[in-house]
Amino acid sequence: MSAMDHPTVILPRETRPRANQPLLQVENLVVEFPTRRGVLRAIDDVSFHIDPGEVLGVVGESGAGKSLTGASIIGLLEPPGRIAGGRIFLDGSRIDDLPPEKLRRIRGKQIGAIFQDPLTSLNPLYSVGRQLVETITTHLDMNQAEARRRAIDLLAEVGIPAPERRIDHYPHQFSGGMRQRVVIALALCANPRLIIADEPTTALDVSIQAQIIALLKRLCRDHGTAVMLITHDMGVIAETADRVAVMYAGRIAEVGPVRQVIKHALHPYTVGLMGSIPSVGVDRARLAQIDGAMPRLNAIPEGCAFNPRCPKVFDRCRVERPDLIPQGPTAVSCWLYDRKEARRG
Amino acid sequence: MADAGGAVPLLRVGGLKRYFDVSAPLLNRVLERQPRLTLRAVDGVDFAIGRGETFSIVGESGCGKSTVARLIVGLYRPTGGSIAFDGVDMARLRTRRELAQVRRRQQMIFQDPYASLNPRWRVRDIIAEPIRAFRLIDGNAAILERVGELLRHVGLAPADGEKYPHEFSGGQRQRISIARALASKPEFLVCDEPTSALDVSVQAQILNLMKDLQREFKLTYLFISHNLAVVYHISDKVAVMYLGRIAEVAPTRTLFSRPRHPYTRMLLDTIPDLDMTGRQRTPVAGEVPNPINPPSGCSFHPRCPFAADRCRAERPEPIPLADGALVACHGVEEGRLPEDVRPLKAVS
Ligand SMILES: Nc1ncnc2c1ncn2[C@@H]1O[C@H](COP(=O)(O)OP(=O)(O)OP(=O)(O)O)[C@@H](O)[C@H]1O
Ligand SMILES: Nc1ncnc2c1ncn2[C@@H]1O[C@H](COP(=O)(O)OP(=O)(O)OP(=O)(O)O)[C@@H](O)[C@H]1O
Ligand code: SF4
Ligand code: SF4
Ligand SMILES: [Mg+2]
Ligand SMILES: [Mg+2]
Repeated sequence: MSAMDHPTVILPRETRPRANQPLLQVENLVVEFPTRRGVLRAIDDVSFHIDPGEVLGVVGESGAGKSLTGASIIGLLEPPGRIAGGRIFLDGSRIDDLPPEKLRRIRGKQIGAIFQDPLTSLNPLYSVGRQLVETITTHLDMNQAEARRRAIDLLAEVGIPAPERRIDHYPHQFSGGMRQRVVIALALCANPRLIIADEPTTALDVSIQAQIIALLKRLCRDHGTAVMLITHDMGVIAETADRVAVMYAGRIAEVGPVRQVIKHALHPYTVGLMGSIPSVGVDRARLAQIDGAMPRLNAIPEGCAFNPRCPKVFDRCRVERPDLIPQGPTAVSCWLYDRKEARRG
Repeated sequence: MADAGGAVPLLRVGGLKRYFDVSAPLLNRVLERQPRLTLRAVDGVDFAIGRGETFSIVGESGCGKSTVARLIVGLYRPTGGSIAFDGVDMARLRTRRELAQVRRRQQMIFQDPYASLNPRWRVRDIIAEPIRAFRLIDGNAAILERVGELLRHVGLAPADGEKYPHEFSGGQRQRISIARALASKPEFLVCDEPTSALDVSVQAQILNLMKDLQREFKLTYLFISHNLAVVYHISDKVAVMYLGRIAEVAPTRTLFSRPRHPYTRMLLDTIPDLDMTGRQRTPVAGEVPNPINPPSGCSFHPRCPFAADRCRAERPEPIPLADGALVACHGVEEGRLPEDVRPLKAVS
């Protein structure tokens, strides 16, 4: 029996139709940590997608679940953390349930990773050239000499001066900003479709930050690479992202085109967040302030997790948890935007 | 300047220097014939802070901001130069009593609210520590009452005094640090990156609190940060540091609307555009050079688009300009730099 007769039979893995599909699709992701005092749910029903060549910014305060979302996609969730629900598709193929060996191959080849501290991605004992060449030969069909050539080209592309010489240097011989460039080169080795960048500029000086952001943007444009850019910094998002997802207490509060979310935030949390950012040229006696703090995982309130801090809270918010509700190009998890409320109000 | 009109500024530093010996251990130096190495963390800094003013220092990592802060509150001894607090030269103070009297009036808040609070002490004892050290109040009941009052000032409850630091969030811990700093009724607070470790929403709470407290207690702040938007929001006057020296000092609106020094202009170019006007940040070339072996002349010259021969040979000294700015740059002095005027938005 040929595969043509029964295509569904020979497709052991769940796949999706290929036309116009997002590069990455995350559906109802749940991440949990079993603890002695019960299960903590750190990511609670998160869904989003990233299109080919698109930069999706992910913002939110410390502990909102940004890094865990990224780690789940690249399969770097550290036990006892585990994906307890949902599905993740890359290019239409499910990747969240792959055996570790297969996932590792995808990680190098199709998904590149950049973390806050470049030293976690670089081995201090090997020259950067050796690390680049090894990654290239693992994922691409190239011999040593070709791989070295490509490594030099990549270093030049990320703006390392004199790459023919620098390729034989060790990580400690580079400054912080240069090391982060090397990590970006490493993430680009195998021409990945998607890069997950978790706070790639947080540890860097402002002048170097601007250089790295400009570099990421250019690479995305030139190679059509999609990026999931995780950061605290709304300014970085404003300049880099096409769309932005705002996370709060393990859920997405609001997701939409970056301009829309920054200039016309809908979710009361996003509104508060935007008002709390000081800005050069804007004279204000006081900054807008969201009182209180984001709840800990073991004390997430009933209903909408933001309700104890929300200036617009009403009865329903304290009992029912809102899911993302589409509002034009944006989607918001807030009962204010539920049609039922609009009719009632 | 802050001291215009002859009033004595609350703080004045002149020619302030702090060098660190970063040589290899003696034996290695002898065996490997390595020279002594000196790192000039702060290399001749002058400024004055008027009473009730918020004076900020900005600059990239390693430029010497924290070293200046530590010199001022006496955590480091200066290699050279002078620090005068309320007209009194700190180097003149000999007895412990004299020193304690001045130190009570100055307190410091650090970046890391986790590291700066003793994890084994209850919050009430952390806050009471300066009260006890300076013997400001007698009797436990009276001290506890004062601690409760301080906790309320920073937006916490007196009952929180019974807890330990780990029971609080980052923003709450920074409130505790502020309560402790206020305990000795200081006039002058040195705040070294007090919100850099905090989320923006928490940062807003702390910045608002700092402004409220300043008004209520007539505090003077030395505020250190690398976040230019925060500095714009909080400061009356701003100093830009580069490799242990001050490149430019000016009233806040002047500095942001008419930056003179090429390094100031470069720093302003790195501010992310939250307004989404489509302005592209011009990424600057080059990185901060090594302070052990700084470039000759003007230490900014390898990164400066206006560098000329004189810049490579001669170190520029600060020159006062008509609108109260002070700029250390040959190009500005020679009047050969193009004007850089950046309109600030209307006051809102
Ligand atoms: N090993 C673990 N055990 C228990 N809880 C964990 C563990 N790792 C992470 N968490 C919790 O999961 C939540 C989300 O963490 P995550 O690291 O994704 O946050 P984040 O949004 O990346 O924050 P940050 O901005 O600080 O990096 C946090 O509340 C965190 O405390
Ligand atoms: N105790 C010390 N011994 C040797 N060198 C030191 C010491 N303290 C600071 N330095 C050096 O002095 C220079 C200035 O350091 P400082 O901490 O003042 O910088 P900073 O402007 O506060 O930087 P950051 O923004 O990173 O906090 C740096 O090169 C630093 O490595
Ligand atoms: S659902 Fe209710 S509590 Fe939650 S953000 Fe909307 S209005 Fe506020
Ligand atoms: S002194 Fe010369 S090199 Fe230094 S900032 Fe001015 S113009 Fe540039
Ligand atoms: Mg994180
Ligand atoms: Mg510092």
